[in-house]
Amino acid sequence: MISEKKQTEEKEKKVREIAVPGETIVSGKDYLPGDGTRREGENIVANKFGLVDISGRLIKLIPLSGVYMPRMGNVVIGRIENITFKGWIMDINAPYSAFLQVAECPRFIKGDLKDYYNIGDMLSCEVISVKNSGIDLTIKGRGLGKLEGGIITKINSNKVPRVIGREGSMIKLIKENTKCNIVVGQNGIVWISGDKVEDEIKAREAIEFVVGKSFIDGLTEKVKEWFENKPLKKIVKKTEGKK
Amino acid sequence: MAYTKRYDGRKFDETRKMEAKVGIIKNANGSAMFRFGDTIAIASVYGPRPLHPQHLQNPQKGILRCNYDMISFSVGERIRPGPSRRSQEISKITEWALSSVVDLDAYPNTVVDVHIEILQANASTRCAGINAAAIALAQAGISMKELVTSVSIGKIDKTLVVDVDKTEEDYEEGEGATDIAMSFKSASGELSHLQLDGKIKEDELREAIKVGRDACKKIYEVQKKALKDMGE
Repeated sequence: MISEKKQTEEKEKKVREIAVPGETIVSGKDYLPGDGTRREGENIVANKFGLVDISGRLIKLIPLSGVYMPRMGNVVIGRIENITFKGWIMDINAPYSAFLQVAECPRFIKGDLKDYYNIGDMLSCEVISVKNSGIDLTIKGRGLGKLEGGIITKINSNKVPRVIGREGSMIKLIKENTKCNIVVGQNGIVWISGDKVEDEIKAREAIEFVVGKSFIDGLTEKVKEWFENKPLKKIVKKTEGKK
Repeated sequence: MAYTKRYDGRKFDETRKMEAKVGIIKNANGSAMFRFGDTIAIASVYGPRPLHPQHLQNPQKGILRCNYDMISFSVGERIRPGPSRRSQEISKITEWALSSVVDLDAYPNTVVDVHIEILQANASTRCAGINAAAIALAQAGISMKELVTSVSIGKIDKTLVVDVDKTEEDYEEGEGATDIAMSFKSASGELSHLQLDGKIKEDELREAIKVGRDACKKIYEVQKKALKDMGE
């Protein structure tokens, strides 16, 4: 136990470097430029503003802010914006709108598309292709489809990996402590659904806590503490306010 | 009498007190404030986002749109709000100064909007605006080759001074005042913008650019520090 504690303390002390565009991160032919970096002669130069992540020979930049850029395989939450003859046009909080074809729907569709999914519905989808002509989505797959009830909250899409945690540890912890069902889209839209509104609000506050405290190592422990101490008082206040 | 001593006691190669702050507007994708003494500029960046009307979209690369605006109370005598001939020119100049570093190929069919507001003006507003816009773009997570740093060099009578203010700009004795606004790329040190109002000899201009490049190195440190502080 003691050694574990020491390790986490050491991790907290280790601050990762921040690079600004045009700044040389490392120099040497041994390194490989990854996301957000480029090679300029001997040097690896930052292309963006972000945290430097060195894993072995690969240099990567983890962006701290910015809009969500869709990638193949991402699970995102979107809102239906418009309906055409061939499918649904969706807003996925990205610079481009996305398209969900009728053929990518697991059910047999007959007649008016409006009867299945209407404008304003929230769906969780997977990005199947990102082309110049647009983004294509699918809802074939486990856990994909229409999200009914619950609340929606938006977070910075760059913090999504922290909210999910290593192998889903963080989101699992929040789910267990609030008894809520949570879907986190890679685009920063989070859907929370529980039996009681209090639970949903508690889950949202927990997520906001994680987003605010990101880039601290050993965050899972902190969230555990947060669940033990803080929330009860807050929930009481919230319900009072509603009355 | 020649201009041998600056009226406010600065050295010839000294800028006014600089300050930069990143992330001041919550709803923007990126935002920043930059000040040279009494000149304060704030910049906000929105996007990349879809561009409408669609016929303006470019399927090969994104579009950078800059908008420079002076708030009516930014100067002594109230100025009429809204676009003017001068603000349109500076918007275009800012766009050109920044577009050579922003990697627009990564964002086809989209637009990146940069809004620069001058809260308080005491000359060199376009330089403060470009400095703020560069760090706001970086904070918005837009991929850029490097940052842009801008400074104004003045030739007051026969002396070159860094970061001209209003009193120096209006200097009329001897050869008068020449105001040269210039921007440099942070890493390569290339010029990305140069503007000149007044008269200057060729070798003097060369000297002015050299002075400007040195001054920009100091300004770059301020920009870099603001970005790094924001990340922590």
